[in-house]
Amino acid sequence: MSATYEPVIVGFLCNWCSYRAADLAGTARLHYAPNMRPIRVMCSGRVEPDLVLKAFREGADGVLIAGCHPGECHYIEGNLKALRRYVLLKQLIRQWGIEPERLQLVWASASEGTVLAAAVNRMTEQLRALGPLRWQQTVLGGDGRPVAAAVPKAEAMATTMPEEA
Amino acid sequence: MAGNGKPKFAMYWAASCGGCEIAVLNIGDKILAVDEAFDIAFWPCAADFKVKDVESYPDGYIDLCLFNGGIRNSENEEMAHLLRRKSKVLVAFGSCAHEGCIPALANLTTPEAIFRAAYLNNISTENPKRVVPQPVTKVPEGELHIPVFYDRVRALDQVVAVDYIIPGCPPEPHQIWNVLEAVISGTPLPPPGSTIIGAGKVAVCEECPLEKHEKTITRFYRPYEIVPEPGLCLLEQGLFCMGPATRSGCNARCPRVGMGCRGCYGPLDGVEDQGARMLAALASVVGVGTLRDEEPKLEPLIEEVMETLVDPAGTLYRYSMAHSLLQRARVETGSSAAGGVR
Repeated sequence: MSATYEPVIVGFLCNWCSYRAADLAGTARLHYAPNMRPIRVMCSGRVEPDLVLKAFREGADGVLIAGCHPGECHYIEGNLKALRRYVLLKQLIRQWGIEPERLQLVWASASEGTVLAAAVNRMTEQLRALGPLRWQQTVLGGDGRPVAAAVPKAEAMATTMPEEA
Repeated sequence: MAGNGKPKFAMYWAASCGGCEIAVLNIGDKILAVDEAFDIAFWPCAADFKVKDVESYPDGYIDLCLFNGGIRNSENEEMAHLLRRKSKVLVAFGSCAHEGCIPALANLTTPEAIFRAAYLNNISTENPKRVVPQPVTKVPEGELHIPVFYDRVRALDQVVAVDYIIPGCPPEPHQIWNVLEAVISGTPLPPPGSTIIGAGKVAVCEECPLEKHEKTITRFYRPYEIVPEPGLCLLEQGLFCMGPATRSGCNARCPRVGMGCRGCYGPLDGVEDQGARMLAALASVVGVGTLRDEEPKLEPLIEEVMETLVDPAGTLYRYSMAHSLLQRARVETGSSAAGGVR
């Protein structure tokens, strides 16, 4: 893996807790990994699964969803919806061949700048170990347009194949 | 046959099961009206035409071409380009051409694993010499070529420009007839450009007579595990149903008879990823993990419920894999494991 690889994390932060936690981390001048691109959403429950999958397709190495602690949601239980989606989404992406560590969820209240910073640090290190995802290049081939006549491995197979190991 | 002034009709079959061809015949005796109104220019399933016949037509010769099936190999792709060139109106007919359908479930695995399953490790296959078809084979007479197998199935509109899409697996006969009748009578179709015709604009739930009571569930059941309560929403009984995330047009055929919708009419307008949309809907139906539970227990509780939904990718994307956001599973190069299949 190239030494210049820096993981890109798309962070969906809820307006009421986690975005403020990120703000606090900033005003408190906490030092933490600069790999997260924060996106403010009104609630973690607003993060539709499409947004997560789209982030992966468009080049994110990981996606972090951050919201209020259960019981503290501004919209009462939007974060519980987020959690249910997250759990199923994690099972789903495994089938797509995406490591579960690439999708994480953290509860960070407005006073928990350190919690958010620690989550970003931890996730950055995990992604660094996993290596880049680069969906367009490695899975769809090239610039994201459909693969033109990619010759499959089948062609490279000998006419007769060995028993499956 | 040419020169009688009738509009020219073509139907072609790429990576699909053939059910779409049957669906056209399911319009019953109205097929005679189709025969009367159109001159058949190419329809390998029903009439004896060869590819060279199509090649000999001038560009734009065919007035209406129904193309069913996805793009699995180089032959499918070649025919898609050829028929696009020769057709004034190209219709992606049925779920395979629309969004990949069942053949595109193979996008969750690798070509190698597919070949193993099809030619080697299959109880109904006897292949003692372990022969696997190759794109090029040398024989004493020269080289034999067969179509090249691609790394994934694509929908028709991912290969060529498509004017209209008639969704469904297969499209419902009354919907097919609605479209054909419009074409025959000269009723103008909506502006072309991957436009969905022959389907509704709302979710299957809107056409479904089963009653919803905003109930939540604590686990999923497979169809054989329980007998559904008649008249009640299947999803609220724990039977997986894609109705909330699927386009109407079929008159809720499956839920009506106690079988959950499988999503064959594809996503609603403006939805890019049908499976993701359904996943979002499931989060509202699953009632486990509430404010009464302690924070650390929430995730395991929900996990337990979600694990009762067997094969989420194959279920949520049964018809829409080729058109989903991620399109195919990621496979580590060099590994011969069967892709992302669990």
